[in-house]
Amino acid sequence: MDLEVLLKTLFIILVVVGAFAPVITWVERKQSAVMQDRIGANRADIAGITVLGLFHPLADVIKLLSKEDVVPEGAHRGMHLVAPLVAAIPAIIAFAVIPYGSSYRFGEDTLSLVVADIDWGLLYVFAIGSIATYGTVMAGWASNNNWSLLGALRASAQMISYEVTMGLSVVGVFMVFQTLRLTDMAHAQDTTFRLLGFLEWGGLVESLPAWLDWIRIPKWGIVLQPLGFIMFLTASMAENKRPPFDNPEAESELVAGYFTEYSGMRFGLFYMSEFIEVVVIGGLVTAIFLGGWAIPFVSQEAFIGGLGGVLGEGFATLLCMVAHVVSFFAKVVVMIYVQMLLRWTLPRFRYDQVMDLCWKILLPLSLANILVTGLVLLLVEGGAA
Amino acid sequence: MLSEYAGVLVILGIAVVLTGAMLTVHLLLGPRRQFPEKQEPFECGERQIVSPHQRFSVKFYLVAILFILFDVEAVFLYPWGALFRDLGWFGFIEMFAFITVLGVGLAYAWLKGALEW
Repeated sequence: MDLEVLLKTLFIILVVVGAFAPVITWVERKQSAVMQDRIGANRADIAGITVLGLFHPLADVIKLLSKEDVVPEGAHRGMHLVAPLVAAIPAIIAFAVIPYGSSYRFGEDTLSLVVADIDWGLLYVFAIGSIATYGTVMAGWASNNNWSLLGALRASAQMISYEVTMGLSVVGVFMVFQTLRLTDMAHAQDTTFRLLGFLEWGGLVESLPAWLDWIRIPKWGIVLQPLGFIMFLTASMAENKRPPFDNPEAESELVAGYFTEYSGMRFGLFYMSEFIEVVVIGGLVTAIFLGGWAIPFVSQEAFIGGLGGVLGEGFATLLCMVAHVVSFFAKVVVMIYVQMLLRWTLPRFRYDQVMDLCWKILLPLSLANILVTGLVLLLVEGGAA
Repeated sequence: MLSEYAGVLVILGIAVVLTGAMLTVHLLLGPRRQFPEKQEPFECGERQIVSPHQRFSVKFYLVAILFILFDVEAVFLYPWGALFRDLGWFGFIEMFAFITVLGVGLAYAWLKGALEW
């Protein structure tokens, strides 16, 4: 039991911190190069082999580790040291509740591919996410630097504002799936529904022609809550302070914002946490809106049932597990790509635009989304209940 | 019941060890050549003439107050959302009133100019 938890944790940390985060730093450079018609990072080599510059993340780590650790005069040394930890650790542990696979029965045992299956899972993610705000503010305050302080002020106001909209934009999803547990949410999305089925529930049509049964769409959050998806993605990108919402670290205005006075690995931790958060957002969006580990049109029962007869139950379950994990990370990669695309497409917003978007557009919209979702749910399904 | 939190503890432990090790290795590997000019806070090459530890705009406090108000409301919405189907029309009308009050509060803050930057 304990070994199982340890192995699952090590797996997710190896994949996210060990593989995804470094590769994303490379992807970001390469993609910016492609979008700006440059070649991009391609110099770092081991014995003459460059593999498209994939060694750059490795070179980065070595460089960051061997740099001098400069703490500015007048800085609060303790807070200056703790701030990058407070920023990086929440980003890593947020992944504890994101399911990267379903639960599988192997004979007597059940294997559930999530580190911690907490029943208030999404609330945990938000709670952990707001701790990261402290890291940013502490870094800016402790640095004894005007640019850092300005960056930290911007970051604090921006992050707490978007936390509200991020929280409110997913209430519609709770209403649809009736749970805050991310594993249950992913399970609920492992199915399909008829494209025009709502006409029948709503009593608009007596019964639909039989051939329409074949036109099905996956019952994913993005289909049920399209507005919630857009709002959640926007809010979480703003929460992560990445462009187009990078006012806290705006290079052209604030040098480097709240981590101006950071060097070496202390800076590296801020940098790393940003990229880990990109993966966390990808994982969250996948689990809430894109069906999590689900393979579209092939539910877990159908997969195991269909292949079990040929390959045997145990092997089919194993195959299903691998397919689900691959499916989950494929969706995460797509969501990361979307974030990268937005990052290099949109210019930075002005700070008043960032705050206006949050309080004047997203907040009223998310409240309206909750009410409309409730109304539709009651009108469509309430008659039966 | 507590066992589901074991994973959180394990991942927290690994995260602390991992990040701590990174900082420790950095401290051990990095050179240490300090002189007064290097230790100055960065100010585009100038001497720092204004200390950052002074007053800043009250707008940030306003945002923090608004945040607390709306975040607490959001927390009220969570259990209601998760139990939405059980509560039915009664719950919907209750929450409709609640969200209306919330909306009036937002409109008030908006009209008062608390959202202007």
